[in-house]
Amino acid sequence: MTVAIVRFGGSNCDRDVHQALASLDIDAEIVWHRDGLPTELDGIILPGGFSYGDYLRAGAMAANAPVMDAVTEAAADGVPLLGICNGAQIGAEAGLVAGAFTVNDTTRFRCDHVHVRVENADTPFTRAYEEGEVLELPIAHGEGRFEAADETLAELQAENRILFRYCEPDGTVSAAANPNGSKDNVAGLLGARDTTAVVMPHPERASLPDLGLTDGRGVLAGFHP
Amino acid sequence: MTTYTATVTVRLKSGVLDPEAETTRRALERLGFDVEGLRSADQYELDVPADSAEAARERVEEMAERLLANPTIHDYDVVLQED
Repeated sequence: MTVAIVRFGGSNCDRDVHQALASLDIDAEIVWHRDGLPTELDGIILPGGFSYGDYLRAGAMAANAPVMDAVTEAAADGVPLLGICNGAQIGAEAGLVAGAFTVNDTTRFRCDHVHVRVENADTPFTRAYEEGEVLELPIAHGEGRFEAADETLAELQAENRILFRYCEPDGTVSAAANPNGSKDNVAGLLGARDTTAVVMPHPERASLPDLGLTDGRGVLAGFHP
Repeated sequence: MTTYTATVTVRLKSGVLDPEAETTRRALERLGFDVEGLRSADQYELDVPADSAEAARERVEEMAERLLANPTIHDYDVVLQED
């Protein structure tokens, strides 16, 4: 049993997340997208990077790669799936979650530490936290602005599918704490099941003391059986 | 089979922020031009073999829905021309 980290051409956080999972004693393997998913599957990670050079739109090409049919099927079966950064963009483009991630409101690439508030602690990826807890996590993206139609956003709110919101260190959700202009400060959200999640911040970059931050460990610990 | 050339224009839906367009507008103003608004769009030209204009349009619209545009944030239109 293993967590498959799906590598596309241009993925570049696959080894980081592999190492972060190893530090949590979670068995994982990096899988080249053309080789398909392993048959014994504990979870799926769509890692960060710049798959296909962000051609067309970030995540658009990878979302249409053949492996995504199996990924979508596994997610529908309840296999835990986490998309991180470019993986979040791929997840949105593939329809695993609602909405889209597009160009930051500043047009700038933001590489920074941000704070996010746990909005739903009743998922594998947030069960290590309390609702309302504030995490400090790194971001590194140019296209992280969450966009969704007003009705879609209302549905996400009503169904408690917003996982993380950008916030101040004290947990206040404000425009000033929003690094990219995301609607409703959405930093991460759930798909059709609570086991399908995408997040723009990088939990794997906040998973070891040497990295300076460890708040992301609990997100990846969601892959513990 | 006839080959049709389809021009697909993909725009952000009205109301969706376009930071790149706004940056471009401001750059034009810095060059001394007076620009009140600027909207950007992506345009694709596709040569598509099909039995009829209707069939060609249907295929191209599917391409726009599935890849060229993201229906969450984009509107698109298709203009067809017989070669």
